[in-house]
Formats: sequence, structure tokens, C-alpha cells
Amino acid sequence: MTDLAVPAPAPAPGSEARAARKERLALLLRSPSFILGSIVILFWVACAILGGRVTPYDPLFDQTPDLGVPPSSEYWFGTDRLGRDVFSRVIAGSRDILLVAPLATLLATVFGTALGLTTGYFRGIADDTVSRVIDAVLAIPLIVLAVTVVSALGNRSVWSVTIVIAAVFSPIIARTVRASVLGEAQLDYVEAARLRGERSPYVMFVEVLPNVMPPILVEATVRLGYAIFAVATLTFIGFGLQPPSADWAVQIADNYPFLSDQWWTVLFPAIAISSLVVAVNLVSDAIQQVLER
Amino acid sequence: MTTTAIATAALELHDLDVVYRVRGNDRQVLRGVSFEIGSGESYGLVGESGCGKSTAALAIVRYLPRNGRVSSGAVSVAGTDALALRGGALREFHARKVSMVYQNPGSALNPSMRVGDQVAEAFTVLGIPKGEATDRAQAALARVQIADPGSVMNRYPHQLSGGMQQRAVIAMALAKDPALLILDEPTTGLDATVEAEVLDLVAQLQSELSTSVLFISHNLGVISKMCSRVGVLYAGRLVEEGPVETVLQDPRHPYTVGLLRCIPRGGVRKDHGRLDTIPGFLPSLGVELSGCVFAERCALADERCHTEEPPLFDIRNGHESRCWYHERARELPRVEAADLDLPAVDRSEPALVCLEGCTKVFRQRGHDVHALTDVNVSIWPGETLGLVGESGSGKTTLARTLLGIVPATSGGATLAGRELPPRYQKRSRADLRAIQIVFQNPDSALNRRHSVQRILLRSLKKLAGIRGKVAEQRMSELAQRVRLTERTLTQKPVQLSGGLKQRVAIARAFAGDPQLVVCDEPTSALDVSVQAAILNLLVELQAEKQVSYLFISHDLGVVRYISDRIAVLYLGRVQELGPADVVFNGPHHPYTEALLSAVPTIDGGGRDRIKLEGDIPSAASPPTGCVFHTRCPRFLGDICVEQEPPLVEVEDGHQMRCHIPIEELRVLQAMETARA
Repeated sequence: MTDLAVPAPAPAPGSEARAARKERLALLLRSPSFILGSIVILFWVACAILGGRVTPYDPLFDQTPDLGVPPSSEYWFGTDRLGRDVFSRVIAGSRDILLVAPLATLLATVFGTALGLTTGYFRGIADDTVSRVIDAVLAIPLIVLAVTVVSALGNRSVWSVTIVIAAVFSPIIARTVRASVLGEAQLDYVEAARLRGERSPYVMFVEVLPNVMPPILVEATVRLGYAIFAVATLTFIGFGLQPPSADWAVQIADNYPFLSDQWWTVLFPAIAISSLVVAVNLVSDAIQQVLER
Repeated sequence: MTTTAIATAALELHDLDVVYRVRGNDRQVLRGVSFEIGSGESYGLVGESGCGKSTAALAIVRYLPRNGRVSSGAVSVAGTDALALRGGALREFHARKVSMVYQNPGSALNPSMRVGDQVAEAFTVLGIPKGEATDRAQAALARVQIADPGSVMNRYPHQLSGGMQQRAVIAMALAKDPALLILDEPTTGLDATVEAEVLDLVAQLQSELSTSVLFISHNLGVISKMCSRVGVLYAGRLVEEGPVETVLQDPRHPYTVGLLRCIPRGGVRKDHGRLDTIPGFLPSLGVELSGCVFAERCALADERCHTEEPPLFDIRNGHESRCWYHERARELPRVEAADLDLPAVDRSEPALVCLEGCTKVFRQRGHDVHALTDVNVSIWPGETLGLVGESGSGKTTLARTLLGIVPATSGGATLAGRELPPRYQKRSRADLRAIQIVFQNPDSALNRRHSVQRILLRSLKKLAGIRGKVAEQRMSELAQRVRLTERTLTQKPVQLSGGLKQRVAIARAFAGDPQLVVCDEPTSALDVSVQAAILNLLVELQAEKQVSYLFISHDLGVVRYISDRIAVLYLGRVQELGPADVVFNGPHHPYTEALLSAVPTIDGGGRDRIKLEGDIPSAASPPTGCVFHTRCPRFLGDICVEQEPPLVEVEDGHQMRCHIPIEELRVLQAMETARA
């Protein structure tokens, strides 16, 4: 019972918790990486929403007579070999990936949390079994697994990509959640809840879950970055989003055979993907730093 | 003493101010602290948490956290100006002049390094070659009375018991023969018997090496045993200082007076009345105080105390007090009326709860661990049964068996004559509400995401089966009963102090009007003034509701205060069971005798400590015969090794498990007392 080196919260005075929350927010807003990341993400979200309505040319159909023109004042990012404006396509290309990746992450988070919470709370044989299966699944390279599942589904729709990525990411999230739950379930309030006759689902979701939210939030943002990357990768090798989508990875896949002649058709969508992945990671780093301080 | 002793004090603090920068503001933590530790002297620093004890220690060794700094004043260790040191000189200072021993030896040792290598490191930094350092390390371990130092050298910290770990840390601290040794709550996490051994060791080494010691503790008994002078710290201000006996027997500051009154001691029991407490809270960090730092909480304070800071008054023989009214400090009026109407326990009625032949065997790595062996205890309505014993004696398992968290291997519990299902999952709502628990650590016991009112309303719904307006009404009553304000109800646990959190936990346990509440060390995480208030609350609730308690504690003063009867557990067996006063006054079981003599008391003196040899044996392979025979100070001979004595009633209501007849124990123990 020694006094802490860093002053403990003084007894009684009220708004301590609210102040802490406010301080967290202030810390986030003061973090340059959070600000930069958020600006980039918001930019791409705006592009996804506005899409073809704001682009100088139609992103999907060849409308210009100029085929394969390098960047100029008329076509900022040049045109591809079908005469489509690359700038317009880059702007519109954020839509599908910004739909699939967050949705897949959300699904993975919900399912992974439920799985991790259950195994971490009940422990025992079920936990051992599920954990070993998860270990085994995680040992297989992600893309191999995803390709196998997509092929097995035989249906290359937006939905199957979403579900595949969600399925591949769930065990990873489950493992993180389980680790937090293991520690949390040792605390006395869990025992107190059981001793007043609460059922397990109540204890898990109402008592324990709110206390393990910070690591779940961090894990989810990290996974979002990976999900964007995974969608792009699957699309590039032909198992993800399909033409006529203006998706960035579709563009890259379409044009990379002509990389030496028309570098702009590949470079700009590639920069777009990287900027989004980096931005998401910047934001997740900032959140992690503030939450785990 | 020769002239050298006069020349340089081991430590001189002069007007030390320390501030912490929190959210852009400087908050003062130490206010002009001055004291001096002479060469070879041991000085105690006491105060409740948040008073600045550890900050003082950190400032002395220049280890303040990054947001802390010494804003003015001077620190001199054996003549060196500690605050002026930089870089290499500071490293040299750490390597040769000061040592610090922290509360938790488990985290002070590197878990991935063998103990021998770590202790040897303390010598190699002094420039001693590797081979010699290893030899000296072994000698150092021998000096701190570690049995078989050769084999301990090759072990990792987690393979040692807490007491052994702390000895190894002390060995490292003494390696450099420091000018000043700082011990920051060195025995707080240890069992009473282990604590006593470590304290004996420190005292012995100190007299051998004539090291100067700064001893930080919240435990006045420990300070009284270990130190010659003591300083009392309150809100970063040294409010009283002087020779230990003088300060403890004749305190001259209202804070010291209050602190001493909070502690249940000298055989005080709940039927003697409430404990006195210190009202209010420690001033928040960084508050500007114009007058006396204690004025807000002091019943003697008047106008002058709030506006004018009192100087240090010299009383006599170096006893100083920072109080305008130090002559009348001892007349400090009581805060709590002492009178309390406790109905007597009627043991002619049937018992409320009975544990019958309760045995629990855990299966651990292929071994059977006997946590409880044939435990029979009963608790009557309105009665408190105290449960004492070292860690590993089965106290917690007993409580958990009763609660149904750990089902008994054989035997079981009855509640008001009905058999209780062994697991709580199978118990009815009536059974669940009848037996509730208050945990040791309120931080862990309350869900930090839920507000107080949510916690209480949920308990009322599940245990009392009420909701809506009725529940809110009951919640207000409940809150009032445990003295929580309306404002507290909307707050979350982090916003509350430790004492308030424990009140919430008590309110939760009482939501369904329980018949028995298990109190698992409910005050050991709290400061003494808060502890007194919580004990008063528990006793008041008992007087009002006739609730029974199973009260687990390692603090024998607390157990004696609150218990009607006490059960002493050793290796899962009840060794002694009887009325509190009988167990304390004797004749006692030899184990109880050793436990009692291990506790350092404020009043000092008393009998010589009866030493227990070694650690508590493993419950996986308990000794044959009487399980206590391996450590028993009154070991008889073969009979103890071969036959387990039965638990028999030796006097009216007093049971004991010992081969020595009670009359003989009475004579032996009376001799012991007479000798002291």
C-alpha cells in the first residue's frame, strides 16, 4: 500500500473519468499521425461517395478518343489503352474496396470477438480444441487459404470476397480477444456476478466485453489495414473484385502487362492503394498509443 | 561515538519541495520536508497512501518519475549533494552510496536471470572481478540467512518464496555497504511469520554493519519495532517527528493521535464500541493550503489553523510537532461515538451455517494437493468467525467452498439445516442471496465500466428480485446505510477512493439481505483510517441486521476486534478454534502462539518472538502425524511425527489439535510471558 510514484486520482472529486476521456480525445487530435491518416481516409471516403459525379470523365466507359496518352493538363493521370481517364478511375476506384474491406473487418471483429470471448471465458476442452484449430488455420499463408476458399465457393462476387476475408481474419481477432478475456475473467467482479446468479452470456457480454473493448478496437483498426491489402491482392490475382469495377487493383491487374509503355496506368492506382493502407495504419497506431498508454 | 559520527549525517533533507506536473500544472507533493538520519541510525517514515512517503524516497535516490522534480531544497547523502549529481557521478552514487529495497521483491528481481548472477552483478558494478563476485554473492546470500545458498544461486527468482526473494534483494542492497539503505514497505506483501523473520534479519544486519536506514511503512507496529526515530508525513508535510516510543506513546499532533486511535490494538473488541476514525479525505494533490495541512480534518482546528501554518514546535528531546495546539493534541475529540448495541450471540439456537467434514483435494500436475482436511466449523446467526493462518493454509479455499465456487471433495455445508448444493450454479436464488462476499481488492471486485447505481440495481434485481421504482428506493436506502452520497451513485469506480469502493462492494453484498457475508481480507488494501471506518460499518450492519461474517484476515488486531470466535488454520486443518479472547490470551496452540508473537505491536515490548523454522510445507505432501511438527517450537518427540492429534474440546467452547495437554501449555506459556 505504497503511494504511487505518479499521483493517483485524488479521492472524491467528480469529473475525473470524463476528464480522462476528454484528454484521450485531445491526445488523439494532437497526434500528427492521427490527423494525417484521418484526412487521407476521409478524402477517399468522399471520393467513394461522390464517385463518377465529380470526376472529369466517366470512369467506366471509354469516352475519350485518346488512347494511352501520358499525363497532361487535359488528362492529369493520363488515359489507359481503352481511352479511359486514369484520374477519374482512381477517384472512383475507392468505392468497392472501401465497401468490402470495412465490411469484412466488421464481420471478422464481430465473429472473432464472440469466439474469443467464449473460449476465453469458458476455457477447458472447447477452448483447447478451438485454439489448436485456430493455430492450424493461422499456419497456412493467408492468400493460399483465401484463394482455396474462393475457388471452393466458385462464385467470385463482392460478397464472397467479403466473407472469405472475414473468415480468414476472425481467428486472428479471436486470439487477441481470448488473451484479454483470460486476464479479465480472473477479476473478482466476474465472480461477484456469478454469485448473484447471472448466466454466462450476461457475464460475458455485459460484464466482461466492455472491459476488453480497447484491445478489440485496436485490433480491428489494424485488421482493416490488412483487409484493404488482402482485397487488393485477391483482386490482383483475379479472385477478388471483377471488371468492370474501376477498383484500383482491377486497374493494376488490367494494365501491368503494359507497364513499360504506360506506367501511369499502374503507378497512380498503386499509390492510391498504398496511401489508404498507410493512412489506416497511421490512425490505428495513434489509437493504440492513446488507449494503451 | 567518535567524531566521525558527528561529522556527516547519513541523510540530510533540507526544506525539500517536490512537484509533479499533471496536465500542465505543477502539483506540490512534498512541502518543505526536513529531517536528518544520523550515521547508523534507523529512521521511520509513516503516513497513509498519498502522503508522499515514496516520493521522498524517490527524490533522495534521484528516481522521480519524468513528470516529477525537486523544486527547491537540498538532499545530502553522507555529505554528497545528491541533487547536483549528473551522468557518471550519479551512476557512481547509485552504485556505491544508496540502496533501495522495494515492496514487491518479485518485480525487483529479473525473472530471466539466476539469483546468483543477479547478486553477483551487485558486486561486479563495484569493479570486483567475475569469479570473486560469485564467491562474494554466495557469502552475501549466506549472510541474509538463506539456507543452502549454493543451490539458491542456481535458481530463478520464481523458484523462491516471497521471503527468500526479499532476502536476496536485501543481499544485493547490502553488497555495496551503502551509506544509506532505503526500505520502502519491504514486508507489506509477506505473511506475518515471514515478515517477522525479514524484520529480524534487517535489525540484525543493521546492528552488525551499522548501516543507516530509512524505513518507509504504513504499519506503525513495524516502525515501532525497527526504528529509533520516526517522522509522520501528512499531505507532503512532516507533521510530527521524534523518538519512536515518545511519538507513539505521547503523540502531539492530531493526525498521529487519530492514526493511533484507528488501529484496533491492545485487545480492543467490537463489543467495546466503535473504532475512532479520521473524517474527510486527504487534500487533493496540488491544492494550495494556507494554514495547517491537517486543519480540514481536525476536530481541534480553529480559525488560526486554517489561515496560519504552524511552525515546528519543539516539545522535548527532539520531539517536534507542527501543531498550534500540540499540548492538547491528545484531547482530540472522538469522531465516532463509541457506543454500539451489539446483541449477544445465542449459541443455544441452531447454527446458521455448518461445514461438516469438509475436505478439498485439488489435482495438480499429478499430485493431490490437500487444501482442506476434515474441517468442521459452525457459524451462528449474528456471529463473526475469524479465520487466520499463513498463506497456503486454506483460508480462501474454505471460503470458496462455502460460496460454492470450489465444490468440496467430500463433506459439505448446510445452511439453516438445509444441505447446500456444492456448486453455486445449482443453488437457488434464496441460497445465493443468503451467502455473499466482500472481496479484498475493491478495484478488482467492481466492474470499472459500470456506474455504482448500475452495480447496485443489478444486484437488487438478481438477489432481491425487485426492479423499477421499488429497486431505486431500496438502492437509496442501501446507499444511505453504507454512507454513500447520492452523487456517488452516478459515478464509476475509478472516480471513487478505495474506501468508497469498498462501501459499494459491501452495499452490493447486502442487496439481498444476506445471512452470511464472507469478508476476504476486506480492509487489507485500505489505509488504517479507512479500515477503521469499514470495520465500524461492518459491525453496525451486524448489530442491525444480525448478519454473520466469515472474516478472513492476516491482521490479527483486526481479527480480534471483529470476531466472536476465531479458527486458526494450518495446512488445511483447523488447529485451534475458540472464542476470540481465549485464542488470543491463551493457552494457545503452539502455532497460534508463534503467529501471535510474530506480529510487531505498537506498544512494543511483549514476549520474545517464537521463531518458526522454514516455510510452510507443501500441501501436496503434508508432514506425517501432526502437520505442524516440522516447525513446532514445542515439539514433543515421536508421538508428534507418528500420530495426528485429534481436534478436541479442551475447555468450554475451545478446541485444539495438540498432543500437549492444555494445563501443560498453560504453564509453559505463562513462563514465557513471565520471562518477557
